[in-house]
Amino acid sequence: MRVVVDFDLCESNALCMAAAPEVFEVRDDDFLYVLQEEPPEELRPKVEEAARRCPKQAITIEG
Amino acid sequence: MGGPAVVVVGASQAGFRAAEALRQGGFDGPITMVGDEPHRPYDRPPLSKQVLAGTQGPGDIVLTPAEGGVDDLDLDWRLGATATALDLAAREVVLGGGELLPFTGLVVATGAHARRLPGTDHLAGVHTLRTLDDSLALRKALDGARRVVVVGAGFIGAEVTATCRGLGLDVSLVEALPVPLERGLGPVMGTVMADLHRDHGVDLRLGVGVVRLEGDDHVERVRLTDGTVLDADVVVVGIGVVPNTDWLEGSGLTLDNGIVCDETCLAAPGVVACGDIARWPNPRFDEVMRVEHWDNAVEMGGHAARTLLAELAGRRGEPYAPVPWFWSDQYDRKIQLAGRSGPDDEVKVVAGSLAERRFVAMYGRAGRLVGILGMNMPAKVMRWRTMLEQPTRYDDALATARAAS
Repeated sequence: MRVVVDFDLCESNALCMAAAPEVFEVRDDDFLYVLQEEPPEELRPKVEEAARRCPKQAITIEG
Repeated sequence: MGGPAVVVVGASQAGFRAAEALRQGGFDGPITMVGDEPHRPYDRPPLSKQVLAGTQGPGDIVLTPAEGGVDDLDLDWRLGATATALDLAAREVVLGGGELLPFTGLVVATGAHARRLPGTDHLAGVHTLRTLDDSLALRKALDGARRVVVVGAGFIGAEVTATCRGLGLDVSLVEALPVPLERGLGPVMGTVMADLHRDHGVDLRLGVGVVRLEGDDHVERVRLTDGTVLDADVVVVGIGVVPNTDWLEGSGLTLDNGIVCDETCLAAPGVVACGDIARWPNPRFDEVMRVEHWDNAVEMGGHAARTLLAELAGRRGEPYAPVPWFWSDQYDRKIQLAGRSGPDDEVKVVAGSLAERRFVAMYGRAGRLVGILGMNMPAKVMRWRTMLEQPTRYDDALATARAAS
């Protein structure tokens, strides 16, 4: 599984961080950092939740 | 007929997420998706912002599953079709054209419609904003307009105001309460919202109501309760929504400002409701609530589907206990609210400052943290939101936040 964020769409709403803090971190500069671009399979449900709850639909899961 | 079949009424965010969750939960029977609009499910938040500003079109806001495409969900579409009745005994949904859709499980996600100003139906130039077609129609009307009057300074009214200012239009924003969003945010933060509009050149009219809209065929003027008359080429009315429960009258479902569900989103055996139309006892807040937020449509849609799958398997669903959250983009500010704040709550700024319009504030009631409001500080709001997931003393929340700032 590969996590792709469209940073042109991302507005740092930080919902992804709430859903999958192992993968997404919005720091105090209010920018999103992807901590693991290829997270382990057991995080898939959390990453999917992050994709669904992103208000900008900026997260795509490949593979 | 073979195995179980599910009908989803409402091709909305909630209905779509329910269908997605049914497939994800392993349901491989037929799913029929009924929507009264001609469009496949789309994202509503851009309607008052990017779509209205013309920077996004209908193709940009189509909803897709977290993985794969819409067609992977294998849905049987009934678009442009209105559900007119529910026969619980026969387990059928009746469509306007007379078609009967039998179901084993039913998801009701028919949402709400925008409330209109009484006595204005004959006037052109008066708009509400709820659907894609509403947004495109308003966009078209704004093209030739110079003066816009927005009635209601809730989130829709505020966002439309901000978008219209961005388009260079003169805007008067009329609100009956002394400050915008007073019921949700209280007078202190409501004043911050008022100042935000004034800074952007909005003619803000607070504490006044609308007597009537004037004009022959097309609206020309808005007469206010303080005697002021505002010229208007376009009027946008944002005075709240009404749940779409008419088609369920007499169905046997309990209707009271929405469909009343249990804590698992179940409205009747094999029938779940989700999104704007559903009212349910949220165990986390000890309150029967109906939440009109985007995030709730996403979450509750999935939850209701899981409850339905449990039902179909002879089990009971889990309680739905979210911390409500929403955001609003106005001008260059991102406003986020987590929890349930009210007008009489205590409120304190814990990070940033009101002066720079970049801050986080916490709401307390009876010594407990009940809400977190942020403006252009999304990371902190989301980090501290976890404090709302269990009972947290207000003083402890303030201390934790201040120590981290």
